[in-house]
Amino acid sequence: MANAVEKPKDSFRPSMLLYDTRYRSLTIQIVVFALFVAAAAWLIDNTVRNLSALGKDFDFGFLGVRAGYDIAQHLIPYTQNSTHAQAMLVGLLNTLLIAVMGCALATVIGVIVGVLRLSSNWLVARLMTVYVEMFRNVPVLLWILLFYTVFSEASPTPAAFRGEDGQSMLLGLFAVTNRYTAIPDVAVERGFGTLDLGLFSLNLTFAAIVVVLAASFYVRHRLKARARAVQESTGRRPSTWWKSLLIVVLPIALLLWVLGTHLLVPSLSGFNFTGGINVPNSFMALWLALSFYTGAFIAEIVRAGILAVSRGQSEAAFALGLRPRRTMSLVILPQALRVIVPPLISQFLNLTKNSSLAIAVGYLDLRGTLGGITLNQTGRELECVLLMMLIYLAISLIISGGMNVYNSRIRLKER
Amino acid sequence: MKKTLFLGSLTMAGLAASFVSAATLDDVKARGELLCGVNPGLTGFAAPDANGTWSGFDVALCRAVSAAVLGDGNKVRFVPTTGETRFTALSSGEVDLLVRNTTWTYSRDTDLGLDFAGVNYYDGQGFIVRKDLGVTSAKELEGATVCIQTGTTTELNLADYFASNGMTYTPVAVQSNAEGEQQYLAGACDTYTTDASGLAATRASLATPEDHIILPEIISKEPLGPATRSGDSQWNDIVRWTLNALIAAEEYGVTSANLDELASSSQNPEVRRLLGVEGNLGEMMGLDNDWAKRAIAVGGNYGEIFAATVGEATPIGLARGLNAQWTQGGLLYAPPFR
Amino acid sequence: MSDTHAQTVPFVRDTMLPQAAPPAGQAGAVRWLRENLFSGWVNTVLTLLGLLALFVLVKEMAPWFLHSVWNANTLTECRQIVADRWGPDATGACWAMIRERWPQFLFGFYPSNLYWRPVTALVLLFVALAPVLFPGVPRRLMVFSVLYPFLGFWLLWGGSIWLPVVAILGFVIGYAVWRVLQRRSPLLALLGGIVAALVWWLFLAGPVNEALTSALPLGLEMVRSDRFGGFVLSLTIGVAAISLSLPLGIMLALGRQSDMFLIKTMSVCFIEFIRGVPLITLLFTASLLLNYFLPPGTNFDIILRVIIMVTLFAAAYIAEVIRGGLAALPRGQYEAGNALGLNYFQAQRLIILPQALKISIPGIVSTFIGLFKDTTLVIFVGLLDPLKGITDAVRASTDWKGIYWEPYIFVGAIFFLFCFGMSRYSMHLERRLKRDHR
Repeated sequence: MANAVEKPKDSFRPSMLLYDTRYRSLTIQIVVFALFVAAAAWLIDNTVRNLSALGKDFDFGFLGVRAGYDIAQHLIPYTQNSTHAQAMLVGLLNTLLIAVMGCALATVIGVIVGVLRLSSNWLVARLMTVYVEMFRNVPVLLWILLFYTVFSEASPTPAAFRGEDGQSMLLGLFAVTNRYTAIPDVAVERGFGTLDLGLFSLNLTFAAIVVVLAASFYVRHRLKARARAVQESTGRRPSTWWKSLLIVVLPIALLLWVLGTHLLVPSLSGFNFTGGINVPNSFMALWLALSFYTGAFIAEIVRAGILAVSRGQSEAAFALGLRPRRTMSLVILPQALRVIVPPLISQFLNLTKNSSLAIAVGYLDLRGTLGGITLNQTGRELECVLLMMLIYLAISLIISGGMNVYNSRIRLKER
Repeated sequence: MKKTLFLGSLTMAGLAASFVSAATLDDVKARGELLCGVNPGLTGFAAPDANGTWSGFDVALCRAVSAAVLGDGNKVRFVPTTGETRFTALSSGEVDLLVRNTTWTYSRDTDLGLDFAGVNYYDGQGFIVRKDLGVTSAKELEGATVCIQTGTTTELNLADYFASNGMTYTPVAVQSNAEGEQQYLAGACDTYTTDASGLAATRASLATPEDHIILPEIISKEPLGPATRSGDSQWNDIVRWTLNALIAAEEYGVTSANLDELASSSQNPEVRRLLGVEGNLGEMMGLDNDWAKRAIAVGGNYGEIFAATVGEATPIGLARGLNAQWTQGGLLYAPPFR
Repeated sequence: MSDTHAQTVPFVRDTMLPQAAPPAGQAGAVRWLRENLFSGWVNTVLTLLGLLALFVLVKEMAPWFLHSVWNANTLTECRQIVADRWGPDATGACWAMIRERWPQFLFGFYPSNLYWRPVTALVLLFVALAPVLFPGVPRRLMVFSVLYPFLGFWLLWGGSIWLPVVAILGFVIGYAVWRVLQRRSPLLALLGGIVAALVWWLFLAGPVNEALTSALPLGLEMVRSDRFGGFVLSLTIGVAAISLSLPLGIMLALGRQSDMFLIKTMSVCFIEFIRGVPLITLLFTASLLLNYFLPPGTNFDIILRVIIMVTLFAAAYIAEVIRGGLAALPRGQYEAGNALGLNYFQAQRLIILPQALKISIPGIVSTFIGLFKDTTLVIFVGLLDPLKGITDAVRASTDWKGIYWEPYIFVGAIFFLFCFGMSRYSMHLERRLKRDHR
C-alpha cells in the first residue's frame, strides 16, 4: 500500500459536492434528509393546526377513563367499570391468543396437507390441491364470513343437547352449538392464589407451572449438551432418552398432582352449558378461517421445502448407513427447514395481521376494542389509530426479530 | 390559492377536493351539490336500490335540505359511512350533513365537534325475543346471550341496564344490522337489541313474525337526529328549520299535493309565512323565500315521508308512536314560524 | 452319467405363446385403483376418508344446488317456489337475486348506460399489459402501456379529455428538460426534469387545462367516485395501487440496497413499518387520519385517499419483490456495468433494472393477487366492495333480506376465477423465465 495514489490536494470547490464521488453521496443524503425533515415538519404542523381548528388535543388521558362497555371474551379480569387501557389490554391479549392458536393450527394443517399433496394417493392428492387452490384464491374475509355463517346456521342450539334423544357431545367432552363451543376446563383444587400487580394480576399457580416447565427443559438441554460432549470426545453417545423423558414429565406431573388438577366437563344446566369453557363462535370462526386460509399457504411452503431437498441427499445418507429416522432428523429436515422457515414466519406475520379482520365477526381484538369501540366512544381517532399501529408494529417486529435470529443460526456456513 | 390550481383541476375530475370553509352553505352552493352522510344499508332509513338510487327516511331529509338550498332534491351525493367513520367524515368536511340514525347525546354534542339540528326520529332501545322462550319482560333476561351492534350507543345502554338491574349477560358483538338479524335468527343469541324501529323492521321481515315479540321495555332514549359541524350556526339553522318545516307542514295540513294550492289560497298566516308567501323568513337564513315549499315538494311533509318509507303501509310497518305530532300525543313539536 | 442326458428329453419350446392378458389385478382400472388408491393400509384409510369427506360434502350441498331458483322477485317468493316444488322442508339456492342484482356486484352504481367504459378500460388493460406479459408482442406497444394509466383514468371517471393530456404534458416537459440538460450533467438533468415537471403540474397545468377545456370542450360524461362499487372498485383500487407503487417500490428497493446510510435506513424503516401493520389500520388512516395530515381545508375523495394508502402499502411489498430480483442478479452484471464506465443511473437503467424487473414479474403478479383480495377490506371504511359492501346493501332492501350464501358464493367464485387465472399465469411465467436464465 506504499504506492497508493496520492490524493489530489487541490482546494475545495462547491461544485465538488455534486461531481466528486467522495462528496456526492454525502450531498445526496443531506438533501434527502432535509426533504424528509421538511415533509415531517409539514405533516406535524398540519396536524397541530387541524387539531386546534377542531378544538381537540393530543392526549392519551382517555385511556384512564371508565370504558363502560362489556367484552364477552376477556383473559384478564374485566368489567364495564374497567378503564379503556384495560379494554385495550384485553383486546391485545385476544389478538395474541388468536394469533398464537391460529399459527399453531395453521402449521399443523399446512404440514399435513403439504405432505398429503405429495402423496401417491391420487384422490387425496387431488382433494388437497382443490383445498389449497380454493383457499388461496379467495379473500380471507370471505372465509371468515362463511365459517361464521356455518357455525351460526348449521350447528344445533345448546338446548338440542338436552335429554336422552338429544345430540350427544363429542367424546363426552366437547359440544359445538350455534352460540359457542363448550370445551372442558382445567381446574386446580389447591392453587397458590394470585399476586396483584396493579394493571393486571399474576396467577401464581400458572406461573409455578411455567417455571417448573422451563426449569425441566433447561435441565434437559444441559443433559443433551453433556451427551454431545461425551459423544465428541469418545465417539459414543450415552443413552439419554429415558433421562430426558423423566426430567420433563416427572416434575410437572408431581406439581399437577400436588395442585390436585382435574378436568371440568361442561354440562347442560338451564339453557346453557356450564362447568367448562364456552368459546364464542366469533373466536371459533375467526380461528378456523384464518388457520385454514394460512394453512393453504403453509402447505405450499412445506411442499416446496420437501421438494427442494434432492433425492441424492437421502440416498447418500442411506449409503452411509443412517437409519431412516436419523436420515430424516439429521439430513432431510435440517435442509428442508432452512427453505421452509423464513416464508413460514412471514405467513405467521400475515396471520397475525389478518386477525384484525375480527371486526367482521365481532370478535373484540385490539382493533375491536382500541380501534373500534374506544375510538368511537371517545372520538380520539388520532391517538387510537397511532397507538394501535404501534402495537401491531411491535408484535410484527418481535416476530421478525425472532426470525432473523433463527435465520442467522441456520444459515449455511459458507467457506 | 396557487396550490389549489392543481387540486382544482382534480376537483373537475370529480376525484378530489372540496374546500371546507367556515360557511358550509357557500360551499354547498358553490359545489352545486349536498354531501350527505348516510347508513350504507338500513332498511327503511337509507339503502340504495338496484339502480343506485337512495331512498329511505333519513335519505328523504337529505333530499329536503338539498331542495331547500339548491332547489333540487336530487342534487345530493350520498356518502355511506360506518359507525366508526361517521363523525370524522363530518368533522373533516367529507360530508356537509350527517343523517345516519345518530343518537343525540351530551358528549357527542359537546366533545366530538358536532351540532345536532333537532330530532327526526324518537327511538329507544328494545329487545326482540322468540315467543317460545317464554320471556315477557326484559327484567327476565338474566343470563341471556345478547346480540349487539358494535360502535353504537346501544352497547353502553345495555351494559348500564343489566348492571343497574343486577343481571348478567353474554354480549355477542355483530358488525351490522344484517348480521345481527342473521345471528338472532340462527339462535346464536337469545335476544337481539337495537333501536326499536330497527327491531320492528327486523320482525316485519321475518318469515314468521308472530313467533317473535318485542319486549315492552324501552331501556334508553334514542333521539336520532341530523348533525352538522360545530361552529357553523347558519348551516345548522338551515337543517334544523328544514326539518321543522316538514314537521310544521304536517301539523298545518300542507302536503306535497296541496302545496301550490295552499300557497296561493291559504289564509293561515303561519302557512303563508312557511310557504314564503308572506314575510322573508328564507332571507334570514341566507336562502330565498320558497325554500320550505321546495323542501316539502320533494317528498311531502313529515307524515308523508314517514308513511312512504317506514310507515304502517310499508313492509317495515312502524306506528307513529312518539313520532306523532304533539297534537296527536307524540313528541313532534315544531317551533312557530315567525 | 453321460447317458442320463441322452435319456432325458429337455422341453424346449419352439413356438411363441400368444401374449396373455395381464392378471385381473394388474390391469386397467383395477390396477390403477390398486396403485393409486389402495396401495398399503395407510393409503386405503386415506382414500376411504377422502371418499367419506366427498360424500358428506355432496350430500349436504347437492340438494341445495339442485333446488336452485332463477326466476323470482323476492326471497320469500324464492322460498315459496322451493317449498312448492320440493316439499316444505326443502332448501334451495335463490340465484334470482344474482340475476337481478349482478350489475351491482360487478359495477356498483356505475351508470348502466356507461357500462361500456369500465369494460373497455379492462380490455385495454390487457392490451397495455401484453408487451410485458407475452413475448411475441411488438415492443412498440409499450408506448400504449405507458399511456394507459391516463386513458384508463379518463375512461373510468370521464370528464374533459384535456386533464389527462395536460398531465402527460408534464412528463413530456420533464423529459425534454432532462434531454437538454443531460449533456451538461446527468444529476442536474434529473433535478431539472423533476423541477420542470413539478412547476408545470403545480402552476401551469390548471390554467392550461381550463383554457383548453373552454376552447375545445371534448370529453366523456363524468362519473363520480361514489358511483364506483363492486368489482369495478376492487379492480380500480388494485390496478391503480400496483401501477402507482411500481416506481415507488423500485426506488425503495434501490434505496435499501444503497451504500448511503441515511437513505438505506429510511427505506428500511418505511418498508418494515408498512409491512408490520395490518392493511386495515392503513385504511383507517386513510379514512380517519389523512385529513389531519393534510393542510387545513383540503379534503380528498375517499377513494383517492384509499388509493394513496394502498399504494404505499403495495410499494413496501413490491420493494421486497424487486429487492429479491436485484439479489438474484449475478454480481458480474454490476461489475460489467462498472467496467463499461457507466455511472450509477445508467447502469441501473440499462443493465440492472431491466433484468431485475423481468425476474420480478411473477412476484409482482402474486403481490397483485394478494392486493386484489385485500381490496375487500375497503368496506370497513364505508366503500362498497363486492364482498360485504354490495352484499349488505342488497340485503338492506326488503326484497332480499336474509339472503346469505348466494352472494358470498357468487362473489367468491368471481374472485377465484380472477386469482386462480392470474396465479396459473404467474407460474407459467416463472417457468418460462427460469428457462431463459439457464
